[in-house]
Amino acid sequence: MALTETLQFAGTMFSGAMRIAIPICFGALGSTICERAGIVNIGIEGMMLAGSFGGVVGALVTGSPWIGLLFAMVAGMLFSLLHGVLTIHYGTGHIISGLGVNLLASGVTTVLLVAIWQNRGKSEMVGTLPTIELTFLKKIPFIGQAFGSFSPLFLLLLAAVALLWVFLYKTTFGLRARIVGESPQTADAAGISVPKMQYICVLLCGLLCGLGGAYLSIGDIGMFSRDMVAGRGYIAMAVTIFGAWNPIGALGGGLLFGLAQSLQFRLQQSGIPVQLIQMLPYVITILVLLLVRRKGGGPAAAGKTFDREKH
Amino acid sequence: MDFVQMRGITKIFGKVVANDRVDFSVKKGEIHSLLGENGAGKTTLMRMLYGMSVPDEGSIILNGSPVTLKSPSSAIEQGISMVHQHFMLADPMTVTENIVLGYEPRKGPFFDRKKAEQQVAELSARYGLQIDPKATVGDLSVGNKQRVEILKALYRKCDLLILDEPTAVLTPLEVKDLFAVLRSLKEDGKTIIIITHKLKEILEISDRVTILRAGKLITTKNTAETDAAELARLMVGRQVQFEVQGAKPVAADAPVLLEVKDAELRRRGMQLLSGLSLQVHAGEIFGICGVEGNGQTEIIEAITGIGQLSAGQVLLNGQPVHKPTPTKMADRGLAHIPEDRGLRGLVADFSIRDNSILGYQRSRRFSRRGVLDKKAIEMHTRQIVSDYRVKVGSIDDTAASLSGGNQQKVVIGRALSQDPDVIIAAQPTRGVDIGAIEYIHQKLIEMKNAGKAILLISAELDEVLGLSDQVGVLYRGRIVATGAPADFDEQTLGLLMTGYHKDTEKEERPCLETLHSAFAKS
Repeated sequence: MALTETLQFAGTMFSGAMRIAIPICFGALGSTICERAGIVNIGIEGMMLAGSFGGVVGALVTGSPWIGLLFAMVAGMLFSLLHGVLTIHYGTGHIISGLGVNLLASGVTTVLLVAIWQNRGKSEMVGTLPTIELTFLKKIPFIGQAFGSFSPLFLLLLAAVALLWVFLYKTTFGLRARIVGESPQTADAAGISVPKMQYICVLLCGLLCGLGGAYLSIGDIGMFSRDMVAGRGYIAMAVTIFGAWNPIGALGGGLLFGLAQSLQFRLQQSGIPVQLIQMLPYVITILVLLLVRRKGGGPAAAGKTFDREKH
Repeated sequence: MDFVQMRGITKIFGKVVANDRVDFSVKKGEIHSLLGENGAGKTTLMRMLYGMSVPDEGSIILNGSPVTLKSPSSAIEQGISMVHQHFMLADPMTVTENIVLGYEPRKGPFFDRKKAEQQVAELSARYGLQIDPKATVGDLSVGNKQRVEILKALYRKCDLLILDEPTAVLTPLEVKDLFAVLRSLKEDGKTIIIITHKLKEILEISDRVTILRAGKLITTKNTAETDAAELARLMVGRQVQFEVQGAKPVAADAPVLLEVKDAELRRRGMQLLSGLSLQVHAGEIFGICGVEGNGQTEIIEAITGIGQLSAGQVLLNGQPVHKPTPTKMADRGLAHIPEDRGLRGLVADFSIRDNSILGYQRSRRFSRRGVLDKKAIEMHTRQIVSDYRVKVGSIDDTAASLSGGNQQKVVIGRALSQDPDVIIAAQPTRGVDIGAIEYIHQKLIEMKNAGKAILLISAELDEVLGLSDQVGVLYRGRIVATGAPADFDEQTLGLLMTGYHKDTEKEERPCLETLHSAFAKS
């Protein structure tokens, strides 16, 4: 049956796309909430890396990958707190601070790698989060391959998307956060504490990035390797823009990138030079960003330091 | 008893003393004007009353008891609200979201949008401030944005409303509406403070007026017991000349230096200029009257080479200019005072020194083989600063650090120091205080007397009529009437500007509504 085979193939592709999309979507969600509150965060990469490392350490120390997940969130938040203090409290340029976070995260994790495992490249293996198996789906073409087994972090991602969307558009807190990113002066004049809102959003970003990073280590291969985020944090930032600073857009954008990546793996056997095919996801990202020109272009005050006394 | 008392308020920014032991008090239920030139410290004083900055010295007493206003929220709790000159609104959000911000009605953790919209609708009906609660703020006209700001204050149940330069951005019709609203608020028992430097408005709306000059309190007066001349003198610190003097008549054989022939401009299906023609002679000021949005910007852009015409010609010194660009026009002796100095006049974050040569940086006076001549530029800047009495700390300060009037002096000084033949002066005194206006007018007259041709475009009718030798009335992209200022009375001019024209009576006769919408749009 050709149809069944095609469906099965599509299902496998989708499942692959999902696995690639999970960390990127978490990063994009973090970046979305952060930029909505006016803080540009190119430190996503570093915060994810901290999450990957924290996850492995947590799993090693406690023996439970679930507690590793908690460690990952805390690690991501620590680095986001640093970004927050630098940009919100000290008014450092957001790009500079984000770059600093990335370099620091790369350095700190490498040093700790040597300190703990005496290895510059990778950690020892730890337990991974168990995958969720839905055996009763396995027989159905497409559905079976796509949703038959998946990481619990995928469920967490869907929950995070929904929660964040409700938070941003349905709660007073979200309204305030969005206004802070759009016009901090307006928020300030309305008696809203701009720094408080920004700290909360930056920390939330760190938490989400930590989860994204944790997927790469304890959600997938069960170990940490040096600089294992490998640019996914930057892809997440592109996905943020593509998703028009909307959590649902971030999910869609991440999945699209995942599909492109998944397609790329398949096409590597087709005889076309591998180097060309490996470019595919990135070319698609750039093309989509070029084609989908959003009006407005994001929160107006993103990246600008707010200072009440300056007017 | 006084509702608000500010006692001995001092505020220092770096080396600048913005407020120097200022005493200021307001009675319950009055409209009180705070008058002063740009940089006199009016806004600084009011920002402290609204908790946006904290006084270095002095105390604030509200209803008899001293208060500490550390942040806007503490001021809002005390019933104080402020409408800022640059509106504090988030453009992509709706009217309702902007109004209820910080005090949102909620159901649990959720924002109760329905209730909020209902409250806003009720409020706007009650005070006659019509507005659609669901509209996006970015789509509103400036006048309507201001309504949103006032509604925001009312939503927070303010007793004291501070308005910072509320009329600066409004059309005459919108000003009328605003004043009607303010009067009804006063009847409702609200106390209102208006920051302004427009004398006419003070005399029209306020009960009392307090004058600040250079950060110091000059005096407080009952409006009924004063007049424009006295207020101007108190504000500037010397006698102010309202009338322009010393203008020489245009010579009978003066050559035409600037000519526009049959200018046509269509853009996105809109006819922006339709057969506009005008001539400006040497030693003449040609003023353009018109409701904004009738082609002023487009004709300025065409003459200065920023924009292009669909058809028609621009002639300088009798020579047609082929495909004008700003550089080409400047090289041929055209100087441009742009209508929006923030947009086209200055780079706010650049130093005054750099701004003083902007657009002329390629000139041999300022550079050799692409390398800037620091000494020559410094001399040039110092010349402008002294010739135009620009108040600066250092010429290396940013343009943004100057007050509006001083910024405009830099722009005008830069344009006029190039010894041009033709000057395009667009809104030369917009957002500039009386002392500087007087000075800028005097400079324009000097240029005219020196034989320059000046095209003056201004939204201030008094300015156009006072300075010009000839005026042209601009309506829908063409000049519908020209003559000496004395040929028009105010009423005729008003009718011409809104399309009632003898010659066009048969073909187009706009009804009163289009007349109103023409005002509203501008």
